[in-house]
Amino acid sequence: MAHAGHHDDHAHGPPKGIVRWLTTTNHKDIGTMYLVFSLTMFLIGGAFAFMIRAELFEPGLQLLNPAVFNQMTTMHALVMVFGAVMPATVGLANWMIPMQIGAADMALPRMNLFSFWLLAFAFLLLLSTFLMPGGAPASGWTLYPPLVLQTGEAFPMAVFAIHLMGASSIMGAINVIVTIVNMRAPGMTLLKMPLFSWSWLITAYLLIAVMPVFAGGVTMLLTDYFFKTSFFNAAGGGDPVLFQHVFWFFGHPEVYIMILPAFGIVSEVISTFSRKPIFGYEAMVYAIASIAFLSFIVWAHHMFTVGMPLAGQLFFTLSTMLIAVPTGVKIFNWTATMWRGSISFEPPMLFVLAFLFLFTIGGFSGLMMAIVPSDFQYHDTYFIVAHFHYVLVPGAVFAIMAAVYYWLPKWTGHMYDMRLAKWHFWLSAIFVNVLFFPQHFLGLAGMPRRIPDYAVQFTDWNMVSSIGAFGFGLSQLLFIWLIVKCVRGGERATAGVWDWPHGLEWTVPSPAPYHTFEKAPEVH
Amino acid sequence: MHIASRFQMRSVVAGILASLASLPARADWSLINMPEGVSELSREIHGMHMIMLWICLVIAFFTFGAMVVAMTRFRKSKGAVSDLKMLHNARLEAAWTIVPVIILIVMAIPSVEKLVKIEDTSGSGLTIKVTGHQWYWQYEYLGTGVKFYSRLARSSDLARQKGSGIDPRTVEHYLLDVDKPLVIPTGVKVRMLLTANDVIHAWWVPQFGMKRDAIPGFINEMWISVDADKPGTYRGQCAELCGADHGFMPIVVVAKPKAEFDAWLLNQKQVATALAATEQ
Repeated sequence: MAHAGHHDDHAHGPPKGIVRWLTTTNHKDIGTMYLVFSLTMFLIGGAFAFMIRAELFEPGLQLLNPAVFNQMTTMHALVMVFGAVMPATVGLANWMIPMQIGAADMALPRMNLFSFWLLAFAFLLLLSTFLMPGGAPASGWTLYPPLVLQTGEAFPMAVFAIHLMGASSIMGAINVIVTIVNMRAPGMTLLKMPLFSWSWLITAYLLIAVMPVFAGGVTMLLTDYFFKTSFFNAAGGGDPVLFQHVFWFFGHPEVYIMILPAFGIVSEVISTFSRKPIFGYEAMVYAIASIAFLSFIVWAHHMFTVGMPLAGQLFFTLSTMLIAVPTGVKIFNWTATMWRGSISFEPPMLFVLAFLFLFTIGGFSGLMMAIVPSDFQYHDTYFIVAHFHYVLVPGAVFAIMAAVYYWLPKWTGHMYDMRLAKWHFWLSAIFVNVLFFPQHFLGLAGMPRRIPDYAVQFTDWNMVSSIGAFGFGLSQLLFIWLIVKCVRGGERATAGVWDWPHGLEWTVPSPAPYHTFEKAPEVH
Repeated sequence: MHIASRFQMRSVVAGILASLASLPARADWSLINMPEGVSELSREIHGMHMIMLWICLVIAFFTFGAMVVAMTRFRKSKGAVSDLKMLHNARLEAAWTIVPVIILIVMAIPSVEKLVKIEDTSGSGLTIKVTGHQWYWQYEYLGTGVKFYSRLARSSDLARQKGSGIDPRTVEHYLLDVDKPLVIPTGVKVRMLLTANDVIHAWWVPQFGMKRDAIPGFINEMWISVDADKPGTYRGQCAELCGADHGFMPIVVVAKPKAEFDAWLLNQKQVATALAATEQ
């Protein structure tokens, strides 16, 4: 369908050493930095989760006092959402979008570097709050007032960190949009674009739409805290629930900001390893767009217990249920892509197949929670914890791992250790269920979320869940070892890498040269 | 070598599954599913939950079934060749857009109906104001002068301290016991007015089917009506993160038959009046 243009020989290599990484404006280097950053945050956030599950292994307080436990849950979420999942998809976007659409680089390379370093410093600031009097934020990542206003000196630091992350995300999003809109190779019409790039184009619009809302919300918290503005203080004429509306107007699209790129990855991988073009390509694009649109009108389903008017509850129940339709279309189209295909089970495909099953389980629990009367029971219990971890871990995170296994040979020029990758997959896929499935039971049986200690009848399933957590966490060390091994050497990868490569990224050699598509390829 | 490693993998998986299977053998249904509860409302909510669960299981059976069939029938290793012309199918795609919409409508109708009922707090026989504090509850029987605080029971509080050396398993109703429970009559629609003094809390007793936030500066409403034939003690917890001791502000409700409740309330009124007299 396409062929790479002739590569000019004057392409210069990167500067050597640390200077390369501090000053680079190359989309591949910045992509790598994002991915390494994300992996680091995944380990830090994972360490917090490790402590949470260790404390919850049995009833009674053994390791953490309740205040520190709350800091752990809060920071685990902030680090995983803003530090691990989002930067990973940004890293993938940086690496792959220019190569998928036949562009030489991202449209705004300096801003690209700026947005990376803003993010790095935002997290330095956020993580440093552990050293401040009063400790890190402990109000949950949702930062609900009035509780969040009881945070100690960490409060302004956390807010500024969020501002920096938001600015970084917005710049990243602008870059993606400008790149895709302006820099597609001749013949690469929008409806010929690979689905990963499509999913990111839509994600970028979501980011630009909601990040400022979040920034506004936390700024109002800041002025409530320091200047007594009473936006969220009932005694001053404000409304604490207003913050929840603002937060979730950002927060729900945020959920899709994490999952839409994953949808893109799944589409790419499933097609490659079924050796068949994606089924219903246009429907897939429209489904992503509909999900993105619906994400703006469902936010209050996170707040069914705040005492909304009946009409409000009905509206948000019905709009939320609608999301199941385009999501269903995606699941069915992926299944149809496999149908009458020629399927093989390389590591990326294994992770994607696990995604199909486990993300769908998360979808089912999501549908159950859309129904308000039963949500009165599910709300703020371990049932919701199980739900969002199913869509985020075997959902978004597995898709990101699939992407790494899919493109790693293209990035490093080496094949990785397939046996090790399969071990990583099977251990992750088993332990993630041991970890999260029992949490459905705990929630239904009545265990609230965000508690450091629990009544003794919840002991058994908490133990199972903790064992799953330790197993899942340790399995990820295989992933890191595998990546390090692959970067350092291995069997040479061909340009196409896989049996049935499709798309421009597979037309350039592996590893991808420092500069690709300096002369735009022609797409027919 | 491939067959050997596959066999190894299977035995590992089987080992893990076997050890896990022994765990739920000790569990009973109340530990893995939503309680039916002790009121008409909670049974309806449980009913909704079960309907949704079954619908999801049926959809899962077909969706996962199709995936499993695709994964087994169309393997490259079995010589499957991909059909490069199968790109889309308007009829099929329309069907799997429209059928879910119909299923959703079927799900939505009963839920709307139940919601309307849940939100109707009219015709109540008793109103209790619930105030959340960091970290205890306060109950006030409106119009009677009876009000009191309800805190974590001493036995749980001692055991839950870090390094207390007390095994929580030896404490009766660990973390689900209070010094003074809320008392309500059975067979009476009780209207609860919820608010909070400092941060947002949420009042939740799973056996009653409902939870609702207690928000400082605002008053939320909900109602509960325990079946006349189900007096007893029902336990719950704060369900909205409210700070360090969020996990340590349980809710205990004792539901008594109407006559017993009236006697209890009268007694509490006398105590309150006597207390007010001594304070003057």
